[in-house]
Amino acid sequence: MPISHKTRRRILDAVTHATLALFALIAMFPIWQVLNISLRPGDQLLTTTLELIPSNATVQNYVRLFTEADFLLWMRNSALVSISVTLTGVLLASTTGYGFSRFAFFGKKAGLLALLTTQMFPATMLLLPMYIMLIHLGLINTYLGVIIVYSATALPFCIWTMKGYYDTIPVSLEEAARIDGCTYFSSFYRIILPLAAPALVITALFSFMTAWSEYLVAAQILQETTLWTLPLGLKSFESSMSTAWGLYGAGSIIVMVPVVVLFVALSKWLVSGLTLGSVKG
Amino acid sequence: MRLSRQQWFVMFLVLPAFVLLAAVVFYPFVYNVILSFGNMNLTRIRSWEFIGLRQYVKIFTEPTQPDFYAIFFKTILWTVVNVFFHVVLGVFLALLLNRHLKGKSIYRTLLILPWAIPQYIVALTWRGMFNYEYGAFNVILTKYLGLPAVEWLKSPMEAFLACILTNVWLGFPFMMVVALGALQSIPQELYEAADIDGAQWYHKLRRITLPLLRPVMIPSITLGVIWTFNSLNIVWLVSNTGEPSDQTHILVSFVYKAAFNFYNFSYAAALSMFLFAILLAFSLLFMNRSKATEAAY
Repeated sequence: MPISHKTRRRILDAVTHATLALFALIAMFPIWQVLNISLRPGDQLLTTTLELIPSNATVQNYVRLFTEADFLLWMRNSALVSISVTLTGVLLASTTGYGFSRFAFFGKKAGLLALLTTQMFPATMLLLPMYIMLIHLGLINTYLGVIIVYSATALPFCIWTMKGYYDTIPVSLEEAARIDGCTYFSSFYRIILPLAAPALVITALFSFMTAWSEYLVAAQILQETTLWTLPLGLKSFESSMSTAWGLYGAGSIIVMVPVVVLFVALSKWLVSGLTLGSVKG
Repeated sequence: MRLSRQQWFVMFLVLPAFVLLAAVVFYPFVYNVILSFGNMNLTRIRSWEFIGLRQYVKIFTEPTQPDFYAIFFKTILWTVVNVFFHVVLGVFLALLLNRHLKGKSIYRTLLILPWAIPQYIVALTWRGMFNYEYGAFNVILTKYLGLPAVEWLKSPMEAFLACILTNVWLGFPFMMVVALGALQSIPQELYEAADIDGAQWYHKLRRITLPLLRPVMIPSITLGVIWTFNSLNIVWLVSNTGEPSDQTHILVSFVYKAAFNFYNFSYAAALSMFLFAILLAFSLLFMNRSKATEAAY
């Protein structure tokens, strides 16, 4: 018996739902694990059961995080570093991207290509020489040291994103403003910059995340425990798995929730920024 | 020479970033090149000398523990396997999400999660899930599937597999979002025309969807290869600095170890140059070749 078009469609829909649901579960599984660990009471940290929510769930790990661990200090340190990197990224990328998008100048093409090339640097390519430079300059164990390295990592991508976005804004807008008597600066600052707000948000998010989520650079530069950022702190919980595993879970949840929410909300633009940057060579 | 107003403005726009980038990107890069021709290590940090190409010769000839060529091969395997699964899973899920379906945006949001979580948290959490006694994977294997537990982190093969599993999970959402964007920009009329011609779904997939996905996927795959090849976080943190006994390395984690655990600065600098050369050559070749095939379409 041939199955009707409608039945076939229904079966297909059901299979699609099932497949998507399965993958969504796989995507959520580790997050559920972290949440689960964070809610376990101290005597049940190591367990071989897979309950959806642990029996005797408690928020004591969250409380201990703020009362017994240096979590607030790490958060302050991370915020300080991340905000500095974000400000640097947004300020410099918004102006430089505009220059690249609108004007011809000596070294423009070479500059753009050089920025693209930096994306192919292996992590150690800049980190090692910079680490040695920071030793010579006495900047090991300072925030300035990590801020410099993070800015160097984030800035090329931010400039490309901003340039790509400015390219989509018609030049006629500034031309009209110039005829009306605007200076170069005010036509940029008052007309184009507000229009580029979405790209500014992406640039800010990207710079912030670069600094907020970075472990390997910080591990080399910030060795004094009072200077630790969140990733270093959470890693120290993980290293002593049995005793601080619950703190690790609670800390991770607090660290990732705001970033994840922002990221999901902005993911569409992030991708267009990435592909714009790489398509237009 | 007098600068025009426009020239002043351009200087104001680009000069600060140029100066900064010259100091924090260009200068370190040049310094890295210089270092790679020297013999700097922890004891010779101020009194090192030029020794020409000897570090480069050392990379390819001196036996290392573990073997350099083995790591090289592993890195290629790591990159190919990861990017392959990222693209296949990403495109597959994007095709599903592109159908008219209830609750589509919920699925989309949930499926992006692996990309949204900070990488070090992903790595440390998965390391926990691979724990022999209490990790979720062995609990599922032994309790629910009746299979023997696996020593995920104590033997080289399994530890490498653990890293790959983590990285596949982490990387498919990017490809999915890229593919979804591309799918949504394919004009619906093409499919309608194909329907009128009586085309089956696999015809449409092969003749319309995949060819039109290509131009968007090629740059994303290039980017994916670069990221995966350089993916230090996952290997370093899941295997805890390359355990067991430095058997779980890809090139970039091997360099990181040489630099920051063994302080062989010049050797590490030369290795960095080698990695950079591979990626640069790959990007140029891959992008050029795909441009040529694009033109043929």
